[in-house]
Amino acid sequence: MEQQKDFWFRRLHSLMGVIPVSVFLAFHLFVNSTATLGAERYNESVAGIAGLPFLKIIEFLFIFLPLLYHGVYGMYIAFTSGYNAGRYTWFRNQMFVWHRISGVITFIFVVWHLWTTRFSGNAANFDMVAAIVENPVQFWFMIIGVVASAFHLANGLWGFLIHWGVTVGPRSQKISAYAMGGIWLILSAVGVSALLAFKNTLA
Amino acid sequence: MSEQKRIHLIVERQNDNNSSSYTEEFKVPYRSGMNVIAALMEIQRNPKNTKGENVAPVAWESNCLEEICGACMMVINGKPRQACTALIDNLEQPIKLQPARTFPVVRDLVVDRSRMFDALKRVKAWVPIDGTYDLGPGPRMAERDRQWAYELSKCFTCGACVEACPNVNEKTSFIGPFAISQVRLFNTHPTGAMHSHERIEALMGEGGIHECGNSQNCVQVCPKNIPLTTSIAAMNGQVNRYALTSWLRK
Repeated sequence: MEQQKDFWFRRLHSLMGVIPVSVFLAFHLFVNSTATLGAERYNESVAGIAGLPFLKIIEFLFIFLPLLYHGVYGMYIAFTSGYNAGRYTWFRNQMFVWHRISGVITFIFVVWHLWTTRFSGNAANFDMVAAIVENPVQFWFMIIGVVASAFHLANGLWGFLIHWGVTVGPRSQKISAYAMGGIWLILSAVGVSALLAFKNTLA
Repeated sequence: MSEQKRIHLIVERQNDNNSSSYTEEFKVPYRSGMNVIAALMEIQRNPKNTKGENVAPVAWESNCLEEICGACMMVINGKPRQACTALIDNLEQPIKLQPARTFPVVRDLVVDRSRMFDALKRVKAWVPIDGTYDLGPGPRMAERDRQWAYELSKCFTCGACVEACPNVNEKTSFIGPFAISQVRLFNTHPTGAMHSHERIEALMGEGGIHECGNSQNCVQVCPKNIPLTTSIAAMNGQVNRYALTSWLRK
């Protein structure tokens, strides 16, 4: 029998993108938006998460490993894909390109984000994030990172529904595209609202 | 004669697979109702480029001339399509003709589409009925399924979908959208369904269905309007179901 490892790697990549990576991102952006309720409320939710049992194991198995796999394998996909949106300008082909561009942006952003927060050696709290977004370059990089990752999640979900044979016909795929557009806007708004909250309190 | 309307053609040419490509321009006399093949025949009749040099006539492939064989697929004004149904009156001039470079170029507009035949062989895109005795009539097919399966059977392996797919490139081994659609066709056929698992296994193999990145160019360029993306999504469902449950039965 021929090799089927590529099939499993791809399907695992697709599955991990949704469970747990997308679920984590939605949860993460939602928790961050408690910053809009004030520094105290934000610090309370951070403390709530920090108080969970087996946190290190959960973090490693359900966030770090899947994210690493999805990211690294995604880079491989992005750099082995062909790009012909210049010749074939149809909407879906452009989305195909944007999915890969947003993936690369998200990858770079997440590495930087982990470096400046989780592995920065500083305690995770409101002031730490506020100090990061105080720098306008870092603030705008975070905005781009949030919007790009929200796009990658929404468009990825659209592809996931096809890769798992859920949205089969063109009509259902179109409806799902509109729904995913909505998810992109909502997630971006939630993420950006938190960043604005971190920025505004310092000013 | 000098006032006669002429068609301006820009052809991307190449002597053989190893030589480098060059473009050559031609102006051929116009007749009403002409298609690209008729224009290429005019070049063949009088192989002179716009500089007035005598050149080797442009080579191309065609057979049926009624969009039923798929042989004359080439890139016309940037899009892969059949030259026979590309009517001159509907094309913007100058008309740019290129070979479908996703395939090895044999000469000029002639390409070698063996990889498509190899892909069909790999996914066993046929219904095995040969035996040593009369197997009798096959099972009946529901009319509801026959109607859409008939649409899939219109595929004539022209390669337009393979040419337009960004994931068919030198870095991947993707077999192409048409082969996935053919698996759906033969897995739906009541006799073909008896070997459905073999085709599904092939789609899980190297360059199989997982290489699809949903750019959906295939469905846009298919000259027979075959719902290729519907076939791919439907096969994704079949393949995943098989992949996730078959090991439980072992």
